[in-house]
Amino acid sequence: MSERRKTPPGDAGVRVRNVQAGDLEAVIAIDAEVTRLRKPDYWAEIHRRYGSGRRQQRFFLVAEAGDGIAGYVIGEVRDWEFGSPRCGWVFAISVRPGARLAGVGSRLLEAICAGFRGLGVTKVRTLLARDNHLVLSFFRSQGMMAAPFIPLELDLGQA
Amino acid sequence: MKLQKNTLYALYGILDSASRPDEQMPTGEIAKTYGVSPHHLAKVLRALVRAGLVESVRGVGGGYRFTGNARRLTLLEVIELFERVGAGDHGVPARRRGRRAEVERALGTVFAEIDEMSRATLRSISIATMLKLIERQRPA
Ligand SMILES: CC(C)(COP(=O)(O)OP(=O)(O)OC[C@H]1O[C@@H](n2cnc3c(N)ncnc32)[C@H](O)[C@@H]1OP(=O)(O)O)[C@@H](O)C(=O)NCCC(=O)NCCS
Repeated sequence: MSERRKTPPGDAGVRVRNVQAGDLEAVIAIDAEVTRLRKPDYWAEIHRRYGSGRRQQRFFLVAEAGDGIAGYVIGEVRDWEFGSPRCGWVFAISVRPGARLAGVGSRLLEAICAGFRGLGVTKVRTLLARDNHLVLSFFRSQGMMAAPFIPLELDLGQA
Repeated sequence: MKLQKNTLYALYGILDSASRPDEQMPTGEIAKTYGVSPHHLAKVLRALVRAGLVESVRGVGGGYRFTGNARRLTLLEVIELFERVGAGDHGVPARRRGRRAEVERALGTVFAEIDEMSRATLRSISIATMLKLIERQRPA
């Protein structure tokens, strides 16, 4: 392509590793910058469930760049959900706005996919709002295609 | 989904030129590659010039060259230069009553779902992503 990346992606600049308790503040800050909501309790719970090493097929990874935590990805391997064989699920990925378009998101996704592969999984899935153009374009650029599922919902009305 | 000829030719032109951003491709050559009428293709390429997606380089060795941003230009944007995706207006005015309006309203809801999915899909795929897909599907 004629357009170049602002910063070359590569091992030199970014390191992806398991989250540590000390990263949580940075993760909360990235989430707050993106969603405009600080949710310390929510993140403490996510950390408790997903952050304690790669146990129980769960992953919570962070990308460490020169100036701190640049982004994170969270996911897990799920068994026989909706009758489909074991597959990896990515249910959150976020890169600090100032660190985007430099390959950090791609590195995070690569790393979690490597983790899934290590558990013998050959498919990775995710679910997004139809109007989330940015994240949809990102996953598409990584080669993801529509899964053979149709998400459905029902209004339950008032109790 | 069935695209009109113009739209399909435009996608050929864009994908071909974007895969070789530093070269200009003569219309005749693109037409030959895709087995389409050079005359018809030329008309479509001129529309792409007006849209600022390709430029025409004159003279010997001239042709069309991609000038868009392949990483940001989506399939939906290219297609909608030529036709609306999900053009059907499935809404049935609330004031219309009766069996026919009821049936049409319910059918419209389903068709609108399908249209929304088509639009979301085409909007999420950039020209750069399409070029990667072409590479991936190439038999080894
Ligand atoms: C989606 C996201 C993770 C991408 O991170 P990133 O570090 O910028 O991604 P990369 O630099 O690896 O980009 C990879 C590809 O994604 C696509 N992409 C990224 N940003 C894009 C944008 N703004 N528009 C279109 N495509 C884009 C591009 O194809 C890009 O490849 P390219 O650089 O060759 O063009 C990041 O934009 C983000 O965190 N967005 C908000 C996420 C969010 O809302 N999370 C909360 C809910 S999960």
